[in-house]
Amino acid sequence: MTVQNLIDTLHLTVLTEGDLEKEITGCYCGDLLSWVMSRAVEGDCWLTVMGNINAVAVAVLTDCACIVLTENAALDADARQRAEQQGVTILTTDKTTYAVAVALSELMK
Amino acid sequence: MESIKLHYDISATDFTRAGAASGDVKRVLKELGVAPATIRNVAVAMYEGEINMVIHAGGGEIDVEITEDAIQMILTDHGPGIENVELAMKEGYSTAPDNIRCLGFGAGMGLPNIKKYSDEFRIDTELGVGTTLTLKVYMS
Ligand SMILES: Nc1ncnc2c1ncn2[C@@H]1O[C@H](COP(=O)(O)OP(=O)(O)OP(=O)(O)O)[C@@H](O)[C@H]1O
Ligand SMILES: [Mg+2]
Repeated sequence: MTVQNLIDTLHLTVLTEGDLEKEITGCYCGDLLSWVMSRAVEGDCWLTVMGNINAVAVAVLTDCACIVLTENAALDADARQRAEQQGVTILTTDKTTYAVAVALSELMK
Repeated sequence: MESIKLHYDISATDFTRAGAASGDVKRVLKELGVAPATIRNVAVAMYEGEINMVIHAGGGEIDVEITEDAIQMILTDHGPGIENVELAMKEGYSTAPDNIRCLGFGAGMGLPNIKKYSDEFRIDTELGVGTTLTLKVYMS
């Protein structure tokens, strides 16, 4: 499943656009950056409420497929700018992290 | 292969740049065709060290040396030093203030991560003088 497939199926809003054809191969949920840094792996869809510039750095370093900001969590202006520069896809939804994770799990079956 | 040396000045409390040095090293290693698993180890270890310098020590310097068999990172700061290293190395121990925790830091997982993801780990610290981390990740 690609990032674009996820956007279409779960009706996510695109805040910044990186490689939408990137394959999603897993998922990680979390907001504490040191946990995410060491546990998220390449191809993960990262579900979080942390929309700051440090989250963008973690997304770049872990090569995750995209960030999904759940529950309409805000994206900081400087984070948006950095994500655009670095080609990080950031999506948003009003759904909870749990709801998105469950839906994603169904899609990946 | 000639060894490659990289130097970074990590500015104090500039969260907007934090992660830039680790990102740059990652890019260089990728261009050199280093194995993804090795790059990941370097990225985790260096990022956590870089962030610690910004949060806890008011910035510092990082020297990276890439040779045929390893990546060495030396992270030096002139911050407050660490009073109890054994405690600081414990998962979950953090002195990060609330405003830093709001940014997603302060889980107390940085130093344990650094140790876990590096093949050689050494910490030299002195109260009031500063902290130096000497890390090595072997090429897999
Ligand atoms: N360079 C440093 N200078 C001074 N103190 C440090 C330094 N690095 C770490 N410490 C101390 O060690 C503690 C543990 O560090 P560690 O990186 O494990 O956790 P943290 O930075 O508080 O949280 P996290 O890394 O999970 O965001 C810190 O809270 C701080 O008290
Ligand atoms: Mg830390």
